[in-house]
Amino acid sequence: MSFTIASTLDDALAALAAGARPIAGGSDLVVGARHGKAPLPGQLVAIDRIAELRGVCATDSGVAIGALTSHGELESNALICDRWSALADGCALVGSPATRHVGTIGGNVMNASPAMDTGAPLVVLGAEVELRSQRGSRHVTAADLWTGPGRTSAAADELCTVVHLPDQGARSGSAYLRLEYRRAMEIAIVGAAASVSLADDGTVACASVALTAVAPTILAVTGLDTLVGMPVAAAAAAARAAASEQARPISDLRASDDYRRHAVGVMAGRAIEAAARRAAGESIPVPLNRSTGIGAAWSSTGAAS
Amino acid sequence: MSDRLDITLRVNGTEYPVSVEMHRNLLSVIRTEVGLTGTKEGCDDCECGACMVLVDGQPVNSCSYLAAQAQGREVTTVEGLMPTDGLHPLQRNILDEGGVQCGYCTPGMLVSASALLARCPSPTDEDIRIGLSGNLCRCTGYAKIIAAVQRTAAEG
Repeated sequence: MSFTIASTLDDALAALAAGARPIAGGSDLVVGARHGKAPLPGQLVAIDRIAELRGVCATDSGVAIGALTSHGELESNALICDRWSALADGCALVGSPATRHVGTIGGNVMNASPAMDTGAPLVVLGAEVELRSQRGSRHVTAADLWTGPGRTSAAADELCTVVHLPDQGARSGSAYLRLEYRRAMEIAIVGAAASVSLADDGTVACASVALTAVAPTILAVTGLDTLVGMPVAAAAAAARAAASEQARPISDLRASDDYRRHAVGVMAGRAIEAAARRAAGESIPVPLNRSTGIGAAWSSTGAAS
Repeated sequence: MSDRLDITLRVNGTEYPVSVEMHRNLLSVIRTEVGLTGTKEGCDDCECGACMVLVDGQPVNSCSYLAAQAQGREVTTVEGLMPTDGLHPLQRNILDEGGVQCGYCTPGMLVSASALLARCPSPTDEDIRIGLSGNLCRCTGYAKIIAAVQRTAAEG
């Protein structure tokens, strides 16, 4: 049994090479251990004090998000809210203020839950995840990283260090929505992210959609080339149909498979519409669930109604 | 190899040298080894917020945070909110507004509310609802708790 606190990335990579598992905030790891999902590893290296892994940095081709950047930092980061809005929409829905303070983007990515609220945004935004080990570093797309519920293609000695998001181009926008029964400490019933680029005439030039909690991993909707050239309303209807058709949901205590299949289509259509409004220059505040009244309201007279 | 760690926790400005198992959560060490029982165990599942403490000024569910990770950080519990000469304004106002019934959620509510007011001194009701959204109360219906936070903010 061992517990060490790494102060540098090199310290952390050395510990991983020696068999330790990383812990950042611990919000998935510690809760999961008590649920019997997986016992806490016997060798832990705390990585939460490695300053070089925290923060949002604009690059020549987009933005680099340090793996230890918290959901709370991302939901309030002006650059992310403005240009990679879907990710901010997702981060702002995670847990509670305490969860968003402790939880990190790297931890969320490596936990590989198909219900994660940052996952669909990362897929439609073209995220690449940087994995580092003493053997070197490599970039993998989010889609190639996630192989199943709680499973990734990363080796045991690899640490997620950076999430890279490419520039989205002019007249582009993105959005993430989820169906929820309550407004805090909730896990998505289903969710959908969309990224849309508009042509000069206002039709869709490019669109992508990814879905939350309807498959063993975050699901990228395929065949959306047909949306190119469509007016936004028609593209939203087509995305809605494609999402419901391609979803492979399960039934569990939160929802039946039929309900999830229907609802994820609704979310996909609305995500396309919201992403297109943002692409056209409209400012819709983060998170979209609150600003458009989707999901649970505080009360019958709540602000979200 | 032993799974015990000799660590020092700084809680409410006082340093406590403790010997704890590596996997112990901060909540149980605060209540048992440190001996401060204001922080409550509710769900023990990161859902209810009864265990809320501040770590370096930020709210944290102490049931789901390893004690070992708090080394070198400043932990503040509900006891640490109190000035030496009486109640914290949030404590006084939650009493005056009737925001306490069974009282089990109250320490966590106070800790979350103090973190909210530190970063947002003039919150809207919506800000308060979001700030307290990780704290469940099964008695009050929240309205009086929100009123207490608003009254504290208005007092500056």
